[in-house]
Amino acid sequence: MVNQPRGKLKIFMGYAAGVGKTYKMLEEAQNLKAAGVDIVIGYFEPHGRRETIAKTDGLEFVPRRSMQYRDAGFEEMDTNAILARHPKIAVVDEFPHTNVPGCERGKRWEDVEVLLAAGIDVLTTMNIQHLESLNDQVWQISGVRVRETIPDWVVQQANEVVMVDLPPGALVNRLQRGVVYERAKAERALQSFFREQTLVALRELALRQTAHEVEHRMPPEQQKGPAPNPQTGHRILALVTADPKTAMVIRRAKRMSDFLGAECFAATVQANGDLSGLVSADREAIERHLNFARNLHIETRILEGTDAASSLVDFARRNQVTQIFLTRPRRKAWNTALSSDPAQKIIDLAKDMLVVVVSDREPAKRLA
Amino acid sequence: MATEIRRRTPDEYLRECEVEEQAVTAAAKGNLKVFLGYASGVGKSFRMLDEARRRQERGQDVVVGAIQAQVSAEVEPLLARLEVIPLKAGNAIDMEAVIRRRPAVCIIDGLAYDNPLGFRNAARWQDVKDILEAGIHVIGSINVQYIAELRERVEAITQKPVSETVPLSFIQSADEIELVDAPPPEADLDSAAESVQEHTERLSRLRELALVVTADIVDQQLNEYLERHGIQQRFGSSERIMVCITPRANLREMMELGHVVAERFHGELVVAYVKQRDITQADQSALEARLAIANAAGVHVEILEGSNPAQVLLDFARQRGVTQLFVGHSQRTGLARLRGSPLDKLIWEGHGIDVCIFPQ
Repeated sequence: MVNQPRGKLKIFMGYAAGVGKTYKMLEEAQNLKAAGVDIVIGYFEPHGRRETIAKTDGLEFVPRRSMQYRDAGFEEMDTNAILARHPKIAVVDEFPHTNVPGCERGKRWEDVEVLLAAGIDVLTTMNIQHLESLNDQVWQISGVRVRETIPDWVVQQANEVVMVDLPPGALVNRLQRGVVYERAKAERALQSFFREQTLVALRELALRQTAHEVEHRMPPEQQKGPAPNPQTGHRILALVTADPKTAMVIRRAKRMSDFLGAECFAATVQANGDLSGLVSADREAIERHLNFARNLHIETRILEGTDAASSLVDFARRNQVTQIFLTRPRRKAWNTALSSDPAQKIIDLAKDMLVVVVSDREPAKRLA
Repeated sequence: MATEIRRRTPDEYLRECEVEEQAVTAAAKGNLKVFLGYASGVGKSFRMLDEARRRQERGQDVVVGAIQAQVSAEVEPLLARLEVIPLKAGNAIDMEAVIRRRPAVCIIDGLAYDNPLGFRNAARWQDVKDILEAGIHVIGSINVQYIAELRERVEAITQKPVSETVPLSFIQSADEIELVDAPPPEADLDSAAESVQEHTERLSRLRELALVVTADIVDQQLNEYLERHGIQQRFGSSERIMVCITPRANLREMMELGHVVAERFHGELVVAYVKQRDITQADQSALEARLAIANAAGVHVEILEGSNPAQVLLDFARQRGVTQLFVGHSQRTGLARLRGSPLDKLIWEGHGIDVCIFPQ
């Protein structure tokens, strides 16, 4: 195949269903079409919203493909058909969508990668709660553990991120008028994700993230603060254990690295230098965490050592690590050297380094 | 973290009453909605008039009280469907006509305009206050560069003096604010005073500012909401870094990183210390030296008091919505650990607050 220049990606970022992302995206698609650009709809999720559906009038649709899974029918984006049609721009709704099993790729953002690689520009939509590094904060704010996430690097490499804003009051109004969901679903939504304080907090997160995306796209000399410098810059190391809270530590370490322009590593310490000596539950957990880190574009290491704390701190010193990210030490761990939890010992050993103990971010318990 | 219904302090109660009072007066007044942009051509007027159209379709009585003389081709058809009260000489709103007409909703473009001498108010935003006072809802628009408190930052970006401004408090008083975001519009080829790249960078800076200002206003509204409903929960939707000054703290390093992190996250930096009664002369002078560093850097230091320093810090951090606590490494090791150090308390009880332990 000829060496295609990569397509450009533009993301319409919102903070909840119903703020008008798809509407705004289609409005832009209509303007582009009116200007004579070859643009098609690769995937559109109508959600029964009349005003939005009307915005597709006159736009070419690439038909979806029908998939069968466990005796049920599903409609997915037909990536191959879009590639064959090869428009200048494809409109692809719902960037974080997970494909039904049986598709070539698990995630819609991976399909979008294929379109971009083929030189097709893509317009797409997502909400802030689907950004991987904010998963714990979103849980804290909304009480919802979002499962469909997009790694931050996918968003970072977009050419444009545009915030689609709407005051929460207006959004709640729309819900109550039945514009966003049908009545019963709207009622449920207003009790959970669409509570006013949740919406306000998510909106703030989306605004700050978009501000960061704007800053990130400026030439380095225009960015605020000292430029990231590999000699004097920050190097962040996240400790990987079997503790489920490791995912939280990895997200937080990565987010801090991205904002500081720092390098990020994730390491686990094992007696054999591999995971072979572990009971299967621990091995699977650690493998899962290392994979998770790699999917976020974090370099991972398995260090060899019998004393996890001192091996990790030695590694950190040898590699000019400036910050170590950990889970909270288990409460009773600090008085026993036999504990398998190295966190407290690392805090004691690494007195020449910045040690960040990542706190749990738990949602408010619901009253009434 | 659990949402607690707890007894309010007198201070909080008073503030709550004030917020409620404001809510009562607001009922008689018109509501203000502001569309905030950062440059002409991002689509503020379009979004504003599109909202006017939707409201009109829902049966509301909408008139236009102020609109610029030249509108874009996409705005024109929207404007054609609305009743317009013409501006007076010098672009001043015809206040008598607007108030006599008494629509439900009045559209007012360009909130930062100054009126010529001889009009009721010196500036358009003051006219808007009067219109709201008369019980008419207002939908207005403004670019971020015309907010008075941002003048220095804006002038540093644009290298041009800002003359007409609106106070930030007026924008904050709006019932709703909606950001109009878009990539920087393309450079006007006629004004080749700056390169395309300079043009884009300048507009990107203003765009970033508009996003951050909106986020700050939203944050303030969130805190008011939580206060009004007696909710203790903080959401961490803005990064707030709190540097704790102790006698052996490496304050320079902590403040340096604190500043960078706050800036990169568009967050806030707070510096605090807890007054301690029984400390040695050496610690006292070390502490004073550190406070002097903070003062010299022009940083406001919160002075806290209480017999349990870790508890005092945590209470303050929670109240301020802190997400990252910067402290020094503990001196205690071995047996002292068994009793639990203040550091352990911060780590264990600071729900939603990362504890960042610095070398001393």
